[in-house]
Amino acid sequence: MTITTTGGYADLRPLMSAMTGDEKHSAAATSTLDVLWVLYDQVLSVDPQRPDDPDRDRFLLSKGHGPMAFYAVLAAKGFLDPAELSGFGEFRSRLGFHPDRVLAPGVEISSGSLGHGLPLGLGMVLGLRAQGRHRPRVVVLVGDAELDEGSNHEAIQVAGRWGLGQLTTVVVDNQSSSTGWPGGIAERFTREGWAAHTVDGRDHDQLRRALTDTRPDRPLAVVAEVEPKEQ
Amino acid sequence: MTTPTMREQFVQTTTDALDTDPRVALVLAEISADRFVAAAQRHPHRVLNVGIREQAMVGVGGGLALTGLRPIVHSITPFVVERPFEQLKLDFGHQGVGAIVVSTGASYDYSESGRTHMAPGDVALIDSLPGWTVHVPGHPAEVDALLRAALPGDDPVYLRLSDRTNAEPLVTGPGWHTVRTGRRGVVLAVGPMLDPVLTATAALDVTVLYTATVRPFDAEGLRAAVRDATADVVLVEPYLRGTSTHEVNDALADVPHRTLALGVRRDQELRAYGTAEEHEAAHGLRPTAIAAAVQDFLERAAR
Repeated sequence: MTITTTGGYADLRPLMSAMTGDEKHSAAATSTLDVLWVLYDQVLSVDPQRPDDPDRDRFLLSKGHGPMAFYAVLAAKGFLDPAELSGFGEFRSRLGFHPDRVLAPGVEISSGSLGHGLPLGLGMVLGLRAQGRHRPRVVVLVGDAELDEGSNHEAIQVAGRWGLGQLTTVVVDNQSSSTGWPGGIAERFTREGWAAHTVDGRDHDQLRRALTDTRPDRPLAVVAEVEPKEQ
Repeated sequence: MTTPTMREQFVQTTTDALDTDPRVALVLAEISADRFVAAAQRHPHRVLNVGIREQAMVGVGGGLALTGLRPIVHSITPFVVERPFEQLKLDFGHQGVGAIVVSTGASYDYSESGRTHMAPGDVALIDSLPGWTVHVPGHPAEVDALLRAALPGDDPVYLRLSDRTNAEPLVTGPGWHTVRTGRRGVVLAVGPMLDPVLTATAALDVTVLYTATVRPFDAEGLRAAVRDATADVVLVEPYLRGTSTHEVNDALADVPHRTLALGVRRDQELRAYGTAEEHEAAHGLRPTAIAAAVQDFLERAAR
């Protein structure tokens, strides 16, 4: 099957409405919509015709719950057949409430349990570097509450100290962490040796500029602030 | 020339592999980093010491594998198996990739260090994950053979190093290897339990089978041995007692059989230091205790 459909930003919400059944995570799903769109539309070097290209950029959705926006973007960009979206969460569907890389095309990691994406992304950067592939970027999307997981801080420290410029972390901040970070999230990253920007997570221009401001000698963190999670 | 320990052999074989195979990468969390200093100087991008960060160590291993490398992930047993267990579950098998996870310090090797440095449940934990090969070598030469054989693959492999060893190496191919034949029962010895089992059963008319690869479990080999002896099976494992009992039962599902499982006691936390020999005695794994248990088991069958 060849998927040729490529849509625009306006198609995302209709694509998302094809998926139902995960009401609990709907807020989490839309919080990532604009970041995902800007990444796939303007930043990442990925091609649905060459999903296994070793020199492709890697996007890792670590915050795996609420993946409707992710699936919608993958469908709009031709990785997924939009007709598949209506099966969301069903037994025979490849598209579950948490994405599975073994099942779904264009999905780089299976996620859902928080705190796995950054260490995996760190390993990917190290694996690419060991093979002399210095161009591909690895972009990991986490939630602000996901940063509570200590495994992330292990990876943040190592990536910062080793100056891994191929790694980018996008933190979608909807203020859902119950403890938060003194001085803000970006401050935590810069203390560890990262470059960091805090931007309006709904502003495509700000997102694009921040996400493309990479440095060769240090990883990049982009904190994308969106409206607070509804309680 | 003295025989290297299993851990020394692991360092040698891994260093050789790093020098000869550009796909091999090693991830450490400080443990054993002092033994890989020269290798790290030669291969700074493939010998990765992430500090005392075991979750990151395993996650990095998963990321390396996702780019096509063959990662070896290594630490002391509780730190590489128990602490980052969810990473082992999700960052390898669930991603559809593998790694060679190498532990050192088996059930009671670090007896003087106490409970914090013991993880006799390691094989049982790994056994809860599908698709893993589990190697329990009984001799440093077997470590070399098993590790070399695992390197070209992509699948998840657990290699369990121990200070307890048999006097001589045995073949390390898959499945049960017949060490001795008898008629009254079948005794399965895993890894370093072979020598104690051979001593314990010297005067008993039993078949003794040995393996250094306990997963996948060789059901056919066990069935063949049972056909030639009796379906009285004694399982002697150097980790949590009964870890492979379900495999024995599955292998003999259509055969009336009895199973006696020996191994590290699971009914209590052994809160003691001392020597490995003292721990073996406490777990009933010294030859005299194994002999008594096997004899009692076989005699009860006869009554």
